[in-house]
Amino acid sequence: MKQKFNIIESNCVPLPLENVDTDQIIPARFLKATTREESFFGENLFRDWRYRPDGTPNPDFVLNDPRYEGARVLVAGKNFGSGSSREHAAWAIAGYGFLAVISSFFADIHKNNELNNFVLPVVVSEGFLERLFASIAADPAARVRIDVPAQTVTNLSTGESESFEINAYKKYCLMNALDDIDYLLEQKDKIEAYEQKALC
Amino acid sequence: MNTLFDKIWDAHVVQKLEDGPQQLYIDRLYCHEVTSPQAFEGLRNRGIRCLRPEKIFCMPDHNTPTRNQDKPIEEPVSKKQVDTLAANAAEFGLTHFGMMDPRNGIIHVVGPERGLSLPGMTIVCGDSHTSTHGAVGAVAFGIGTSEVEMVMASQCILQQKPKSMRISIEGKLGKGVTAKDIALYLMKQMTTSGATGYFVEYAGETVRNLSMEGRLTLCNLSIEMGARGGFIAPDEVTFAYLKGREYAPKGAEWDKAVAYWKTLKSDDNAVFDKEIKVKAEDIPPMVTYGTNPGMGMAVDGRIPADATPKALQYMGFQAGEQLLGKPVDYVFLGACTNGRVEDFRAFASVVKGRRKAANIIAWLVPGSWEVLRQVKEEGLDKVLEAAGFEIRQPGCSACLAMNEDKIPAGKYSVSTSNRNFEGRQGPGARTILASPLTAAAAAVTGVITDPRELL
Repeated sequence: MKQKFNIIESNCVPLPLENVDTDQIIPARFLKATTREESFFGENLFRDWRYRPDGTPNPDFVLNDPRYEGARVLVAGKNFGSGSSREHAAWAIAGYGFLAVISSFFADIHKNNELNNFVLPVVVSEGFLERLFASIAADPAARVRIDVPAQTVTNLSTGESESFEINAYKKYCLMNALDDIDYLLEQKDKIEAYEQKALC
Repeated sequence: MNTLFDKIWDAHVVQKLEDGPQQLYIDRLYCHEVTSPQAFEGLRNRGIRCLRPEKIFCMPDHNTPTRNQDKPIEEPVSKKQVDTLAANAAEFGLTHFGMMDPRNGIIHVVGPERGLSLPGMTIVCGDSHTSTHGAVGAVAFGIGTSEVEMVMASQCILQQKPKSMRISIEGKLGKGVTAKDIALYLMKQMTTSGATGYFVEYAGETVRNLSMEGRLTLCNLSIEMGARGGFIAPDEVTFAYLKGREYAPKGAEWDKAVAYWKTLKSDDNAVFDKEIKVKAEDIPPMVTYGTNPGMGMAVDGRIPADATPKALQYMGFQAGEQLLGKPVDYVFLGACTNGRVEDFRAFASVVKGRRKAANIIAWLVPGSWEVLRQVKEEGLDKVLEAAGFEIRQPGCSACLAMNEDKIPAGKYSVSTSNRNFEGRQGPGARTILASPLTAAAAAVTGVITDPRELL
């Protein structure tokens, strides 16, 4: 959902698994919608881990653990979002209510999909991630602070802070609730000039 | 001093945003029914049209049933998604190869086959396996739905330029080793994130000696190492494959195009951000034992001692054990990975004169109607039928089980597709990725079998 980003302060949902692929984030059978109903995708986020085959919640899965209720930040193991390009995965994460995902490594396509849906992928060092998981394990209410203007992420339990990368253009888009298409629609002259040149 | 990737990419840059992405011009956008409806919805909400409708081609493939395509799709949600694509293509003036159109099939099989994917192009689609089209010498990569909308609206996309990697494979492939085995071997070496952030150029004698079908298989699987795309410099194999295809240039235009395509190669002294060298003779026929494509091993090998317990638990396997001789329930030949005529030839070469094992349910799904036509023209259908196999109608089918072709929970499937993720072929399904030769060996013996024993 388009919204202006500034400072996010929240408790976290920990998912200390590596290589979480987009088939797990949202299985293919939920891709048949023809509109962007984020609430529908949000309800089916991590469907096959979150619910048992009979449709009842799986109490062992972290999203069903009441200690993490209300968290707006997902903390995941490295190589998050690998596999399919399905943007439905980003819609599901956004639809669930997450504003940011912290990991030490994201798959390329999924990272772009998150940014295009106003979910901030925050890449941190392996050490920072490990210590953040430890903080959450010690205190499920552990909080993080993500300062978008300053490009820093802070583990508020330990005070450890790290800067994260985001290019200036995307940062501007996130802080002003603008998307790429708004920008590209203003570039028609440049596109036509390119096409003329390419013909020669 | 430039890599081929640099040459193609840089020739398509409309502008570079300061401390930001590059605005890249796109020559070809493919749309299937799953990742496009929300992009069309976005255009409608903004009140805009496609900037260059003639550069966009649409076809359903993910939901299409593999039987009775002449009848309406029974599953109402699938039907709605397929119908929505047809309606959107009509509304926005785009070319649409609908179900039963002789040009229909899996988008990544159809693009090269129709001559729509050509050397030197930039090609995108809302599908991670768009990397397939790199086999013709194009820069092709998968994108999300917002990006599909971006390309529809502006024929451009905003992207950070990836780094470049060259994977050189030298030597002669062993008996029973195919392009699929090369890819599974590379994924095992690189892991599923080893090439993230890179665009891969496949080079070397082994790659040069692959047919176009083999090259399409190899490039298809680039994403499974995390790479955004993979490609192969165009050569005589490429030109021979493309010549005469429906949308390929004709006459004087063809000669002009080939003259340009011949310039599409990395300079001798080009510098890559990363170089990998592989010996062809080190590559065995491969299978996967786990729940991502990087969890692979030689078909006659043993599951590594350090294999991820969660993956082994899902698959019902133990560390250290062999897969040879393990009973199999399903065999799937098809997908954008291995659904081309060469794959059917390979499968047929193993099953010829043998019979499908009684415990096996086999789904043989051509990648397109054109592939099915070739299969029949070569008489492969007769060979397969004589061995007890039935050929279905084209589509993505059991690769991701969005249609009714789902592997039941707990069942083992030897599959020529691209992903063995948990639940990929149906909730609880257990997928073992392999080449068409290895899949055929399992289909006639009923167990995991080294295909070299049957060749």
